[in-house]
Amino acid sequence: MFKIIFRPLLVLLFFSVLTGAVYPLLITGLSQTLFPRQANGSIIIKDGKPIGSELIAQPFTQNKYFHGRPSAVYQTTANSSGSNYGPTSVKLMDLVKERVAAVTRTNPSADIKNIPADLVLASASGLDPHISPEAALLQVERIVQARNISKELIIKIINENIESQQAGFLGADRVNVLKLNLAIDAIMEAKHE
Amino acid sequence: MTNSFFEICVSMVLLILLSIPLGKYLAHIYSGKIVWLMRWMSPVERFIYKLFSVNDSEEMSWKVYIRDFLIFNIWGIVILFFIQVFQNHLPLNPQHLPGLSWDLALNTAVSFVTNTNWQSYGGETTMSYFTQMFGLTVQNFVSAAAGMAACAAFLRGFVRHSTEMIGNFWVDLTRSVLYVLLPLAIIFALFLVSQGVVQTFKPYVNVQTLEGQSQSIAVGPAAAQISIKQIGSNGGGFFNVNSAHPFENPTPLSNFLETMAILLIPFAFPIFLGEFLNKRKEGWAVFIAMLILFVAGLGLALSSEMRGNPILKNSGVHCGINMEGKEVRFGVIPSVYWEAATTATSNGSVNAMHDSFTPISGLVAMFNIAIGEVIFGGVGVGLIGMMFYAILALFIIGLMIGRTPELYNKKLGESEMSMTVIAIVLPCVTLLALTAIAVALPVGLAGLNNSGPHGFSEIFYAYASGVGNNGSAFAGLTANTPFYNLTLTLAMLIGRFATIVPALVIAGSLAQKKMSPENRATLPTASPVFVGILCATVIVIGALTFFPAVTIGPVLEHFQMTAGKLF
Repeated sequence: MFKIIFRPLLVLLFFSVLTGAVYPLLITGLSQTLFPRQANGSIIIKDGKPIGSELIAQPFTQNKYFHGRPSAVYQTTANSSGSNYGPTSVKLMDLVKERVAAVTRTNPSADIKNIPADLVLASASGLDPHISPEAALLQVERIVQARNISKELIIKIINENIESQQAGFLGADRVNVLKLNLAIDAIMEAKHE
Repeated sequence: MTNSFFEICVSMVLLILLSIPLGKYLAHIYSGKIVWLMRWMSPVERFIYKLFSVNDSEEMSWKVYIRDFLIFNIWGIVILFFIQVFQNHLPLNPQHLPGLSWDLALNTAVSFVTNTNWQSYGGETTMSYFTQMFGLTVQNFVSAAAGMAACAAFLRGFVRHSTEMIGNFWVDLTRSVLYVLLPLAIIFALFLVSQGVVQTFKPYVNVQTLEGQSQSIAVGPAAAQISIKQIGSNGGGFFNVNSAHPFENPTPLSNFLETMAILLIPFAFPIFLGEFLNKRKEGWAVFIAMLILFVAGLGLALSSEMRGNPILKNSGVHCGINMEGKEVRFGVIPSVYWEAATTATSNGSVNAMHDSFTPISGLVAMFNIAIGEVIFGGVGVGLIGMMFYAILALFIIGLMIGRTPELYNKKLGESEMSMTVIAIVLPCVTLLALTAIAVALPVGLAGLNNSGPHGFSEIFYAYASGVGNNGSAFAGLTANTPFYNLTLTLAMLIGRFATIVPALVIAGSLAQKKMSPENRATLPTASPVFVGILCATVIVIGALTFFPAVTIGPVLEHFQMTAGKLF
């Protein structure tokens, strides 16, 4: 009887050590050796300070920066969430109207009837670091005005920052907003020097 | 867009090619053989048997197998419950997260032990690194292994005759972990880290953003858990948004391979059936039936999602493309492919928010789950579920032609039929009854994030996910309340044990029967007719049981969306 009841517990404890301690420690050791940058969050360092992760969106509101996707969370807190609004949600449609209006207000080239979907609809994670190339191009005029920089140069930087479909057929073309803004910051800084 | 269809095709072809050797490999593993590639693991196996005085040549009757299976599960729930409640007193808690409430801890413990991985919580704001590793990751392994073990034991009922013995639970469990899950998980975890999935014990990273705000970035030992959550049909995310989170699924390539990891072992199980019973064609017949149902659902979901949302189009969104709740790096089509894969198998991880899919695409997800996770289904248990439908189909045909039904040379009698009916009907009844109770009570309606038909869908989906042991959600529902935590706990328990216990009873009964030779009146189980009947049985049972529910949920919402009505 004792064996019937307690052997399962002992087996569970054994597997807890094997798969709950040995296995994750092994993976941690190997990843910290082989891929230390990725394993620690793909953090971008600028002037010796961490300024963000290339995989995690950060909020951009200033006119001189490209803006990312709408989010259902405060991107500065360690949290993640989608809006979870369904396709007939009145709350969602009100938000979309506001966002479409805001995008057209700040971007002179935007067509109010044809806004790229990713720019006015919230991401799944709330932390989507990317926007579509179309959503980036739509914001060019605004950046040109705010930064006093040539349109051609901005478009060139966008094109350089487009991450194409992986292996030619996986996923979608996209632009990393943080990397794009960093690239433009770098050019402006070079200009001033 | 054509590229994304190509992505699905490449994925399916690769999966079919991989599932053939894996199916054969499983047959070796559960026959007690060791493949040379895995010889290095066998000292560990022998060490375990010695340590726990398991005699690996001593087999169990169905009663003993069920007993050990259940006691092992009960201990799993107890240990995991206490780890969560007392995580603030345990190590590896750099964010100083408090212990969980008892109802949430119970729900989560049952959820991970039953291979459901329903999550009423958000990982990065609730669980310490210790809980994630030593509690949740462990159950990711052993709950998957227990399901695979149960399937092997179930199939032994067909392989053997004139015996009471259906295998040794401890041997099946140990072999599933050591020879299948652990090696796959190690390789896949390292690949995930190479793509950008985090694996560290350091606290969350604080940075100063370009606009000068301070941002806290959640990290943790995620890769080790994400790897096994996909391989073992678990699906419980390290972070709140699961595999939509860039740290769980950073690139299109990681997304491609995670989708394949969800489907891989479930694809291999019908092949394993063919190899194990030495009836390859019969295995392929079951595989093809599953594939037909999977592709049909996927096609329907894709056609709906690609048409987009007319209300969004009228609001100025380009083509009405439904990017709400989806990530740019994946795009629409790979998100729908994942949705179909994660609901057809009982995985339940998500790379897009199911709550925000178009109604018909949500309907496909609900159907895949509600019929009992038999379209490939969870590791091991998916095939068991499909066998229940096969038994039912043969019984119905037997009634029509006036013969005792037979499956794989075993006559199906009263005991098999009673168990099958329990396994198919009890989860369905539980799902419908709990949904009805929740929509009738203020405490049930209090959790809704959407109103109108979509609100009903949120509740129905939650209980379907519970009894189907899937774990995905229309996540707008605020489920972390005592009402939902406890009713969903009940749903998950019934879903798991009303599948596995009847299956083992059937195995015990079949193992004692003699092999009956095939004759002219035997329905060939390797024929297109059988494939057709099996598919039809699944669809008819599903449609009869859930037609009223889906009509007032997703179907109604589809028409309202087309008409431009908002709630």
